[in-house]
Amino acid sequence: MLRRRLNRLFGRDERKVDSRTIYVGHRPCPTTEALIPPKFCDNRIVSSKYTVWNFLPKNLFEQFRRIANFYFLIIFLVQVIVDTPTSPVTSGLPLFFVITVTAIKQGYEDWLRHKADNEVNKYLVTVLEDGRRARKESEKIKVGDVVEVVEDETFPCDLILLQSSREDETCFVTTASLDGESNHKTHYTVPDTEKNLESLSATIECEQPQPDLYKFVGRMHIYRNDQEPAVRSLGPENLLLKGATLKNTQKIYGVAVYSGMETKMALNYQGKSQKRSAVEKSINAFLLVYLCILVSKALVCTTLKYVWQSRPGQDEPWYNQKTQKEKDTNLYLKMFTDFLSFMVLFNFIIPVSMYVTVEMQKFLGSFFISWDKDFFDPEIQEGALVNTSDLNEELGQVEYVFTDKTGTLTQNNMEFIECCIDGFQYKYADSGTELDGFCVTDGPVSMLQQKAGREKEELFLRALCLCHTVQVKEATGQGDGVGDGVENQVDGVMGLDGEMIHPADLRGFIASSPDEVALVKGAMKYGFKFLGMESKNMRVMNRNNDVETYELLHVLNFDPVRRRMSVIVRTKSGDTMLFCKGADSSIFPRVRQEEVDRIRMHVERNATEGYRTLCVAYKLLSSEEYDQADTGLREAKLALQDREEKLMAVYNQVETGMSLIGATAVEDRLQEEAAETMEALQGAGMKVWVLTGDKMETAKSTCYACRLFQRSTELLELTVRTLVDPERKREERLHELLLDYHKRAVQDAPPIKAGVTRSWSSANQDYGFIIDGATLSLVLNSSPDSNSSCYKSLFLQICQNCTTVLCCRMAPLQKAQIVKMVKNSKGSPITLSIGDGANDVSMILEAHVGIGIKGREGRQAVRNSDYAIPKLKHLKKLLLGHGHLYYVRIAHLVQYFFYKNLCFILPQFLYQFFCGYSQQPLYDAAYLTMYNICFTSMPILANSLLEQHICMEVLMDNAALYRDVAKNAMLRWGPFLYWTLLGVYQGLLFFFGVRFLFSNPALQDNGQVFGNWSYGTIVFTVLVFTVTLKLAMDTRHWTWINHFVIWGSLAFYMFFSFFWGGIIWPFLRQQRLYFVFANMLSSVSAWLIIILLILLSLLPEILLLVLRKPRGPHSRQKKPVVQSGEGETQSPRSSARPLLMRTFSDESNTIL
Amino acid sequence: MAPSYNAKEEDGHQPGATGHGGAGTMTNKKPDNTAFKQQRLPAWQPILTAGTVLPAFFVIGLIFIPIGFILIVYGLTLLIDYTGVDMSSPCYNCSQSYSWNNTQSCTCSVHFSLDQPFESNVFMYYGLSNFYQNHRRYVKSRDDSQLNGDKTSLQYHICTLNRCSKECEPYRSSDKPIAPCGAIANSLFNDTLELYYIDPNGSRTAIPLVKKGIAWWTDKHVKFRNPSGNNNLTVVFQGTSKPVNWRKPVFELDPLDSDNNGFINEDFIVWMRTAALPTFRKLYCIIQKKPNNMTPTLPRGEYILEVTYNYPVRSFDGRKRMILSTISWMGGKNPFLGIAYITVGSVCFCLGLVLLSIHYRYGKRNNSAEISS
Repeated sequence: MLRRRLNRLFGRDERKVDSRTIYVGHRPCPTTEALIPPKFCDNRIVSSKYTVWNFLPKNLFEQFRRIANFYFLIIFLVQVIVDTPTSPVTSGLPLFFVITVTAIKQGYEDWLRHKADNEVNKYLVTVLEDGRRARKESEKIKVGDVVEVVEDETFPCDLILLQSSREDETCFVTTASLDGESNHKTHYTVPDTEKNLESLSATIECEQPQPDLYKFVGRMHIYRNDQEPAVRSLGPENLLLKGATLKNTQKIYGVAVYSGMETKMALNYQGKSQKRSAVEKSINAFLLVYLCILVSKALVCTTLKYVWQSRPGQDEPWYNQKTQKEKDTNLYLKMFTDFLSFMVLFNFIIPVSMYVTVEMQKFLGSFFISWDKDFFDPEIQEGALVNTSDLNEELGQVEYVFTDKTGTLTQNNMEFIECCIDGFQYKYADSGTELDGFCVTDGPVSMLQQKAGREKEELFLRALCLCHTVQVKEATGQGDGVGDGVENQVDGVMGLDGEMIHPADLRGFIASSPDEVALVKGAMKYGFKFLGMESKNMRVMNRNNDVETYELLHVLNFDPVRRRMSVIVRTKSGDTMLFCKGADSSIFPRVRQEEVDRIRMHVERNATEGYRTLCVAYKLLSSEEYDQADTGLREAKLALQDREEKLMAVYNQVETGMSLIGATAVEDRLQEEAAETMEALQGAGMKVWVLTGDKMETAKSTCYACRLFQRSTELLELTVRTLVDPERKREERLHELLLDYHKRAVQDAPPIKAGVTRSWSSANQDYGFIIDGATLSLVLNSSPDSNSSCYKSLFLQICQNCTTVLCCRMAPLQKAQIVKMVKNSKGSPITLSIGDGANDVSMILEAHVGIGIKGREGRQAVRNSDYAIPKLKHLKKLLLGHGHLYYVRIAHLVQYFFYKNLCFILPQFLYQFFCGYSQQPLYDAAYLTMYNICFTSMPILANSLLEQHICMEVLMDNAALYRDVAKNAMLRWGPFLYWTLLGVYQGLLFFFGVRFLFSNPALQDNGQVFGNWSYGTIVFTVLVFTVTLKLAMDTRHWTWINHFVIWGSLAFYMFFSFFWGGIIWPFLRQQRLYFVFANMLSSVSAWLIIILLILLSLLPEILLLVLRKPRGPHSRQKKPVVQSGEGETQSPRSSARPLLMRTFSDESNTIL
Repeated sequence: MAPSYNAKEEDGHQPGATGHGGAGTMTNKKPDNTAFKQQRLPAWQPILTAGTVLPAFFVIGLIFIPIGFILIVYGLTLLIDYTGVDMSSPCYNCSQSYSWNNTQSCTCSVHFSLDQPFESNVFMYYGLSNFYQNHRRYVKSRDDSQLNGDKTSLQYHICTLNRCSKECEPYRSSDKPIAPCGAIANSLFNDTLELYYIDPNGSRTAIPLVKKGIAWWTDKHVKFRNPSGNNNLTVVFQGTSKPVNWRKPVFELDPLDSDNNGFINEDFIVWMRTAALPTFRKLYCIIQKKPNNMTPTLPRGEYILEVTYNYPVRSFDGRKRMILSTISWMGGKNPFLGIAYITVGSVCFCLGLVLLSIHYRYGKRNNSAEISS
């Protein structure tokens, strides 16, 4: 017992420690004296929230944590406890309905999760136990078990790959279900493990579970008989993640390191922060107002009640005596319960159903995005994806668009354009031809010979062929080894040599970045073909069709901080060489200066033409140098802590003193309709900020191509280059520049007030602002003494007055920083981030709305986005079309809901003045309950799903219409006041109209008299008809559904009233409405008053519509004409086409 | 309550489902090209313009104004307050000397004259003011199942077991269950009104007052039922006691008509329909048109209203009235409705004129604007 507790204590201690130790196959190891099996969690995946037992309490608890539900629960409880005017059913039934529906939905979802969990947990896997293969349920796998996985199976837990059936000790996996990347990734076995896994005796030390899919550090100690334990480093390339699928490999063995809820997959699917829309904030503000109205109504009534009662004879007339209990109650307690009763009586002013309707509207409405066939992209066979339905209306409110450049504005479809070797420019013969037109003859050879030395050329091309992480994709046939595949391909290439190579053969490259493929393909144009890897040997076919092999010693991976990557290879002749390629800024300081000057010109020219440039350098390593680097790298790789930093240090140390061979230029094409989309966004009053990691020149040219910058735009540049001033410190210069720009952009342009998009117009000078990462960090994190907040606000003000801001050389985190800065600026504008790559995830998560593009750089962006679209051009419809409509719909929905409940409850409030403040409800309980659930909810729901006050095409054609709803225009206090006043007007009208009618309650032609329930029914009938007809008047787009629902719910009201009043209901204590409705309809006076009141309450609305109309109906057709007449959007529109054609046909000529 | 659909989450929870890829595979299908899904349902897009609304305004004006005039002109009403607040009023003594246990009923006669003859059926109402029949405590103080003939609510031992409505408190039971229970029933209006025509020669003729047809037909025949089982109501209501303020038990309410006793007494039913406002009137009886006679139902002349003054209203500052009214096809005379119709009708008509001018002007301007652009 004690021992166990101790163990547990140790276990806990161990958990606190940064690493865990795993005994492979649970075999004790020689060095450890006693095997204390550490406690790890089992391999059961529990994604479900509930069990059968805790479902009810837990689910209820979760639901009542929502403030609205809690409020209704309180109201319900008050009704149960206190003697209130309405029965608990009136609020209990809707609440029960809502809670039940939600519980059923969540229960069903959870049941699905249970099913999925069971499928995973009960899945049979093969585990090696003492040399025997045993079939086990997946959930029974323990950390340390050796697991066998065969082809096309998913890994049951996170495994360290020990053995693969492939000869080269690798296996292929696809992580499609983890991050959506469907390419095959190579994973490696731990080097030098014994073939016989039964006798393998090893421990694995690795870090504690953490969610980053691409990070893993560990160390494996292999114990051999009487030998020092061998140590092997483990990295992400050794780790097979649960959820990934084994491909192209017959079977593998691996040891479980993380199991169950500690797997990276499980850790990754733990909630994402919820984004809340701005509309919801408005709703909450309105709710607060209504809550105040509610409380003040209750207070007024309570006060007046006691004032009224103090008059003699009123409190307790002889005909209406109190019960003994009532008499005995304490006065203050009575006051309090009276107050609560009034609250309950008026609580319908804040209806449960509004939440339900809003949620339903959002949920159902979001389907229209995924259904939209305009978003369907035939290339990837996918449409738009909606990850959250909470933000639909936010799409109509965007003020700032932050866009990534690569893959978003541009296609990320790289094409090798030219290169520069040793200062000489090599441009492929006819780069204007088709993308795949590799009309490779022996042309380039002759061309190359005329310029740089052949040796340099070949070195350069070899560098391109070697310095990458590209894999050659195997033939999809049955071939099980790399060798075969490569052989086939070699054959194929050989056979086709000198002829036109079929494009199909060229698709065989897989790489994490398309640049690399472009470069490898580029090298191929010039005769050097990368054939693939063969157990650590890279095979390259040179111009003479000889296959050269290089032993790959190390890959110094690319990372965005270093912005370069290197490989260390050993040639056949035994030379060790380092090839490095990277951004000019990261290469130039590491090579000899005289080489730089020759190439810099080319690089800069290429960059201004909008190409992505990379510089290539190499270095011959002496054996000592190599040994030093080798040990350094190995040590760093084995480090358990700070591995990244240590590796970085070694990398930086190795990649010095290189010599520059040349540079490459790769072109990235603009996305389809990128310029038009950007123009539409700007026309809609949005400010577009381009955040890119790319070079300034490249980014700038892209901006020009997208018409974000125009010829007339005055560029304000704040980059490292402009900050260079020999006389002063950088900070002073920065200060000066900021002030100067501020003066130009903010002070000298008085009509443009920061944040007011409406006044943004073409009459004033356009400003474009350019800033780079280094300067940005200077602005944001400048030293404390030079008051940084001042810089920040200056910077922000300048940016807000510029039409376009370009931020280049951004690290992913900086992107998020910028988004955050704008998001939190004055007026808290709505921001939208759009990107396609992993580096955009941070800004996608940070912005109010995150949009992912289903691009080529994997699926991370899509996974983390709120909406995902296949192409940039779809953004236009998403925002201008869907967003606008959603916003108008939900704004109308919210306003209408408050309005209809105000004029529902106001008569009930007024009635208190005529019934001695006794909390007598005006309407029958059934009406109180059904009003929001049945009689008036469906029309508004249908309206808020289908309404198109302006049709989609017009919205898309007139970007300026977007500005009409900017800044939450329809949910500001103005419109709210209008709707509230309308509600008050109608409420007063309903009540007093009927009240004056009832000055003679003999309304029937046989002289019979109506009572209080008839009174309420008449008011209610007028109410239902009025609010429904008001909605009908607001509806601009009458589909058959609208007709059906609007007339249907009125008919339902009639039918229900007849039915409800037509039967003596045995379960009702009082038959209040028995034949009330039918008698009402038999009274001509009632008809007359109903018609009169409906007409009168709609009259102002009709008048408003009619008086507004003279410009209304025509504005639809006219708007474009008027707009272009003003010259506001005309110039960009007219110039868009030619420029676009230019960018597509002849990109290289994009001039600054 | 929070159906925030999260496709991502769901995908993530099916990790082992073989062949199920990431989020992408779900939408792999091309969206259906249906009008609904593409938000292209054929739609009618009405636009209200001055042109379309104008005729409606004129039509409304033309219809409403005559209706209003009819409502105003038609119908006669006479209202007599017999509370007896003033010393001079004939019922002053009765109103002063009131007490519930007074077995001696107090009567008073009120003289009035009709300037106009009342034609066809004349309806006689009693009116009360400042009487809160719509007070919540009062409204709910009834037991509809008892009134519907549910026997169990008449039996004491069951009633004490909380089977019958608690709402009737404090008028639920004395020593035996009260039938009918509740405050409404307890405060049944019990003044007796009689009308006499004084011939020019000085003789009084009683005017026949008909008590049939004053309550809703459905109330009389469905909603209110005497407990079944025995035709003799005395037996049925054995074991119950009369409401405290009543002089007679429920089965003796109408000594003249045996079918008008018990819960289906029409006066009682009328009273049980609680009024909407503190000032109200209730139908007392109908003075029927004389058959085959050209003389009006109530000719011009002098009348006496004989009141058996039982109902106290002074304690709460109330008033009692007797109202004679003729009823047209649209119910009793209601000056408000007439005025409202005339007002709205003329407003609509004026608006129509205003809109006409606007429409005329704008129409021109629009045309010119279109030409210029």
